[in-house]
Amino acid sequence: MASSDHMVLLDFLGSPFGMRVRLALAAKGIEYQIEEEDLTQSKSSLLLKVNPVHKKIPVLIHNGKPICESLIIVEYIDEVWKDRCPLLPADPYQRAKAKFWADFIDKMVYPPSDKVWAANGEEQEAGKKEFIDRIKLLEGELKSNPYFGGETLDFLDIAFLPLYYWFHTFETFGKFSIEAECMEEEFVYASLPHPHKVYDLAIEYKKKLGI
Amino acid sequence: MADEIILLDFWPSMFGMRVRLALAEKGLKYEYREEDLWNKSPLLLEMNPVHKKIPVLIHNGKPICESLIIVQYIDEVWCDKSPLLPSDPYQRAQARFWADYIDKKSALSFWKESLEKPYFGGEKIGFVDVALVTFSCWFYAYETFGNFSIEAECPKLIAWTKRCMERRACRLLWKIHTRSMALSWG
Repeated sequence: MASSDHMVLLDFLGSPFGMRVRLALAAKGIEYQIEEEDLTQSKSSLLLKVNPVHKKIPVLIHNGKPICESLIIVEYIDEVWKDRCPLLPADPYQRAKAKFWADFIDKMVYPPSDKVWAANGEEQEAGKKEFIDRIKLLEGELKSNPYFGGETLDFLDIAFLPLYYWFHTFETFGKFSIEAECMEEEFVYASLPHPHKVYDLAIEYKKKLGI
Repeated sequence: MADEIILLDFWPSMFGMRVRLALAEKGLKYEYREEDLWNKSPLLLEMNPVHKKIPVLIHNGKPICESLIIVQYIDEVWCDKSPLLPSDPYQRAQARFWADYIDKKSALSFWKESLEKPYFGGEKIGFVDVALVTFSCWFYAYETFGNFSIEAECPKLIAWTKRCMERRACRLLWKIHTRSMALSWG
């Protein structure tokens, strides 16, 4: 990274989307400043200025220019710092596959996962079933490799991993067990909050939002 | 070895049209296969077992799914002509952001965005133009069902649509689409 690069990440502790960006930045060894947003309070003027369209975190501000949407940010980081630790494969077909599964996580895995911790009764049960069915599909993509990226963590591992840190929360609220493989890369542990912290946050979040 | 390109599609699909447009912009020959969405072919179910949806591009036997992912794939493989995404990473991120917005919110809400240059891609048609223009084939249907005039609401966007239609690839798509509509609706 050039000494003149200035990186700011607007984020919220516990956000799996923000975690993706932190993982990508850590994988590339990029220094950055965190601006913590509290999503249970009103949004900061900075957030509203840099993401006027969606008003959501994460937002990466690179030398004053904002980039929004977690997977788009991760891809941007991969393209700008292409000299180290590639996150997306070089082959266009493999790239398309990685993007397809990351898109699947966003469209088909996150929505039911919200019901697992935030909903009750039948809605929660339906969410649980959908969530498990869909992560099983994703598990099929892992095949016999240690990571989605083969022997190393890549884009799809980064897309999915933060959700793993919510598994303890899902299992506790949803009263079920998910078996998952833990990624052991050092930078992963350094970048992500402890699962129990995420659970405590979910309890607090539910109280504040009255759900 | 010559590339074998097959597109599984459904003629009114705005998502399928994005892929047809990208293939046309790149001057690529491909085999078009119409799917009956109420009776999906074994090939579609094999090539897209996860979503079972069109469009699916099959390039030398390998399937690529999701319209914007397919368009980006086409842009990367045939990178020697008519680039759809800008080369600058920040501009690329912006293009991806707006295409994602179109899919998440709606194409119609995007019409309100102001357009400074001839195309969203600048002086030439780009990724966001491809993501959006195919919705213009549905204008007549929207206006009829919704009982309103799109040109009255968003004159700049109609002007942009007309500019896109000046491009041969878009005109061909429009011609095929309107012919198919006439055949279907009688």
